[in-house]
Amino acid sequence: MTMRGGHDIPSSTRKEAGPIEKSHDSRVVITGIGLSAPNGNNLSEYRHNLLAGKASIEKIETHYMGEVLAGVCHFDPLKYQKKKELRRGTRAGSIAIYCANEAVADSRLDIAGLDKSRVGVYLGITEHGNVETENEVFGLKQYNYDVKYWSHHHNPRTVANNPAGEVTMNMGITGPHYTLGAACAAGNIGLIHGLQMLLLGEIDLALGGGVSESIHTFGVFASFKNEGALASHDNPNRACRPFDRDRNGIVVSEGGCVCTLERLSDALRRSATIYGEIVGYAINSDAFDFILPHAQRQAECVRLALKKAGLSPADIDIISSHATGTQQGDLQECLALAEVFKDAPQTHTNNTKSYIGHTMGAAGALELAGNLPSFNDHTVHPTINIDNLDPRCTVPNLVINHPANVDRIDHIMNNSFGMLGINSVVIVRRYEGR
Amino acid sequence: MTREKIRAIIVEVISQILPDEDLSNLRGDIRIRDQIELDSMDFLDIIMELRKRYGIEVPEDDYIQLATLDGAVAYLEPRMTHL
Repeated sequence: MTMRGGHDIPSSTRKEAGPIEKSHDSRVVITGIGLSAPNGNNLSEYRHNLLAGKASIEKIETHYMGEVLAGVCHFDPLKYQKKKELRRGTRAGSIAIYCANEAVADSRLDIAGLDKSRVGVYLGITEHGNVETENEVFGLKQYNYDVKYWSHHHNPRTVANNPAGEVTMNMGITGPHYTLGAACAAGNIGLIHGLQMLLLGEIDLALGGGVSESIHTFGVFASFKNEGALASHDNPNRACRPFDRDRNGIVVSEGGCVCTLERLSDALRRSATIYGEIVGYAINSDAFDFILPHAQRQAECVRLALKKAGLSPADIDIISSHATGTQQGDLQECLALAEVFKDAPQTHTNNTKSYIGHTMGAAGALELAGNLPSFNDHTVHPTINIDNLDPRCTVPNLVINHPANVDRIDHIMNNSFGMLGINSVVIVRRYEGR
Repeated sequence: MTREKIRAIIVEVISQILPDEDLSNLRGDIRIRDQIELDSMDFLDIIMELRKRYGIEVPEDDYIQLATLDGAVAYLEPRMTHL
């Protein structure tokens, strides 16, 4: 980590990724990625579809509302779980188990040889328990709401630590586990918390990221609809259209992304593949409104992350934007980015929700993961579904509908913002072997 | 309902709860949980299924009588005669 404080670097001056002053024990790197998105169940497939402009949104039936648009994951849950585990657990738990096992496999860690008491599982969630509670109430109706038919599984399914706890049981991990409730900023915060626990020396390996099962509760859809914020379109794959003039709301999706995080010293000791180094992060609060975002606080959060990383705005090559496709939300983020990056002519901006919808608690980690291959392929995946760019959305070099090739990518900044005014930013640096 | 039918129902309920288990050689005279991976929450699933499907209430004090397949059949037979 390079928590070097506020370097006074002219914002228009671009610099090469400089020598790192921190010891290898004080730097945290990403060494494995496990994910499930509506358009991919591993990083390779997901990245391929992001570069190919392939969205994956479908129509599903939900209680009380009928047909809605949603992003659905199609991984094989039996790859890592028994049928009994699936039956007993939650969808979020199942997604988390798949992602965590995939992350460890991708990292080539010898899980059997690990001291599992030194592994921490930290998963961001937007919400958890709505699905299970709603389904129980729905099922109870046929018994005239007699609560003796209420499932004894309800409590373990709905405790807030459920998805992370299911991971520990599945993988035999005895270190700490819990979820981090942080609305739609949560995926970033799962990563940030993993990093912090590594730097505190509480653990030696973090499984950090986020997960969401929200498409299985009607309440999320109904609430967005009644806020005027639920996307609609004849073609599901065209429904989520951040920055488009005619955007009309959010597409709710399920998904998950878990990263293995290690101290650089540990990663180098075992010659791990390093996807990137987390060099900066920030979390702050709007203190403003339950649902409306706040450009000024978002800008402050971005600046704080840059300051912690010792970077100027011009050092950021890709901004992975949070924009969800709502009129107000997209505009506020654009105002924040336009202000911070006004002197960063080489910075590009993209958006992943246009492909997969809003994966809620998973969004931060999932959207970052889809951009990490840029360090090697020098390509910025586009934002799709823009027919008419909203002239008010003046973000830096928005990559629209087709990938952009660039000479070099050193830093990716990932934004994730959520209700009650929680903002999170993560900055990842390309690892160059020093 | 015959004892054979009741036994088949119990095995079918268990197969729903424990879909990974091979129940073809389940013996009637040995505790079920000594033969397959059946924990207390699974056992409560059996109790719930009996309640939902047949309206049978099994008081907690009687749980011990359902520990074996033979015991469960004997316990349920008088309670399922009307079915």
